[in-house]
Amino acid sequence: MRARGRRHTGVAVGLAVLAALLVAAVAAPLLSPHAPTAQALREGLHGPGPGHPFGQDRLGRDVLSRVLHGARVSILVGAVVVGVTVTVGLVVGSVAGTAGGLVDDAVMRLIDILQAFPGIVLIIAFAAVLGPSLLNVILALSLLGWVGYARLVRGQILVVREMDFVHAAAALGAGRLRIIARHLVPNILAPVIVEASFGMAGAIVGEASLSFLGLGVQPPTPSWGTMLNEARNYLLVAPHLVLFPGLAIMIVVLGLNFLGDGLRDMLDPRR
Amino acid sequence: MKRYVLRRLLLLVPVVWGVSTLVFLLIHLIPGDPVEVMLGETAVAADKDALRKALHLDRPLPAQYLLFLRGLATLDLGRSLFTPRPVWEAIRAALPATAELAAAALVIALAIAIPLGTLAAVKRNTLLDRGAMFLALLGVSLPNFVLAPLLVLVFAIALALLPVSGREGLASLVLPAFTLGVGMAGILSRMVRSSLLEVLGQDFITVALAKGLPRWRVVQRHALRNALIPILTLVGLQLGGLLSGAIITETIYAWPGLGRLAFQAIQSRDFPMVQGCVLVIALTYVLVNLATDLLYALADPRVRYR
Repeated sequence: MRARGRRHTGVAVGLAVLAALLVAAVAAPLLSPHAPTAQALREGLHGPGPGHPFGQDRLGRDVLSRVLHGARVSILVGAVVVGVTVTVGLVVGSVAGTAGGLVDDAVMRLIDILQAFPGIVLIIAFAAVLGPSLLNVILALSLLGWVGYARLVRGQILVVREMDFVHAAAALGAGRLRIIARHLVPNILAPVIVEASFGMAGAIVGEASLSFLGLGVQPPTPSWGTMLNEARNYLLVAPHLVLFPGLAIMIVVLGLNFLGDGLRDMLDPRR
Repeated sequence: MKRYVLRRLLLLVPVVWGVSTLVFLLIHLIPGDPVEVMLGETAVAADKDALRKALHLDRPLPAQYLLFLRGLATLDLGRSLFTPRPVWEAIRAALPATAELAAAALVIALAIAIPLGTLAAVKRNTLLDRGAMFLALLGVSLPNFVLAPLLVLVFAIALALLPVSGREGLASLVLPAFTLGVGMAGILSRMVRSSLLEVLGQDFITVALAKGLPRWRVVQRHALRNALIPILTLVGLQLGGLLSGAIITETIYAWPGLGRLAFQAIQSRDFPMVQGCVLVIALTYVLVNLATDLLYALADPRVRYR
């Protein structure tokens, strides 16, 4: 009973963080004490103080307001990328895992080729070709993101499809689609859902990485990655500039991981 | 198994071809005149023509593609636009630094992950488990561009124990390798734990314990071996992430490796260099993937390849 209680705690913590992120994103204009782009040059690099609980950046902009507005970019990128990539990964992985033979080979080779591009390299190339923007960030993260799910789904299906209950279903005359939908996918969904919560964290970090390198969301739109990049030059005089956007990313990713962990335990019927 | 290995080696050919073709297309799909993008709109016409000729951009696309493939076969990746150096030479000079960094990061990650994950699984639902997993979560949740400035602030500036950046001696390897390895260690520890728990819940473990085998022996001989399989795949996948992560880590620490070379080339629009770097990073990853799949088949006889 204690274990059950705790795993619900994990899910609750994760959901709470997600909810907080959502509220911060939706209500950012209401919650922010200042406009995220309002400059106060004479107050540049001021530390946390009255009126500015998270301090001010080089241009005197309020860090709290910028962190809150940065949540909008993060949750948008995270949600869209996960939705697209999980769907595509499930379809492609199931087809490859059940078809076997030539289809499986072709899909796996495509996956090899796509996975052979370390994500950031492709995304950077995209930014160079199309110009950096929010849409291109989402596009680039999605273009490669499904590949990991597809490989995971296929690997799981290879193991599950050899199990007796699947052979039994086939012997009873169940068609391929029915076997995939009713017998294989439900039995491999747990790791996919868990991966999805990590995938959302990955997408959020991916966006921040790109913005950190100057290839994602463009100034003056606040993004946690952009804020961290600017903060790097003032490490000694203004460590609060690293601290708050860094903490924001860390808490969101921590929350999503708690969620994934809790869901994993809840969804696994064997425990 | 022999047939499987042979087949996988043969399949390497289309994969390598596909990867190189994609890289070629990537560079040539750039809208507009690449020469103008590289030299700027105000460049002299004669300079533009010279560059166009040097890059074979004055020829039709199929001819360029054949030249590209021929160059590839002879390891001729062209020349950098800004230094007279051949691209392959610059890459070869940068490779050892990246290999060193990736290897050190992998060692750090595994050295943290396997004991931490095993401890957490064996002591499941205890304070030890929760402490270990919180550490792992912290590792996962700290992107390298957040971790790096914090590490620099503490170990290089405040304590002055380690160099801020550069590559001089073993001490300069510590911070970049740790930065790159911590995330992977977090992910792997979580995977070791969950995978081990999965295996520990199965009947053959109960049987082994019922036979009276000591618990540590069951964990080590029966459980860890089986738990290793999904971890193998993950290590393979993570190595790709490691190479990507090297772009940020190497840039932050001024580590003279392939990642920094690639990023600088992208920033200065040195397309032959970009092409070469992407190609080499991608091919490295293909080989790592192949090795992972072969190990996977070796480790799990249930995965039957036909």
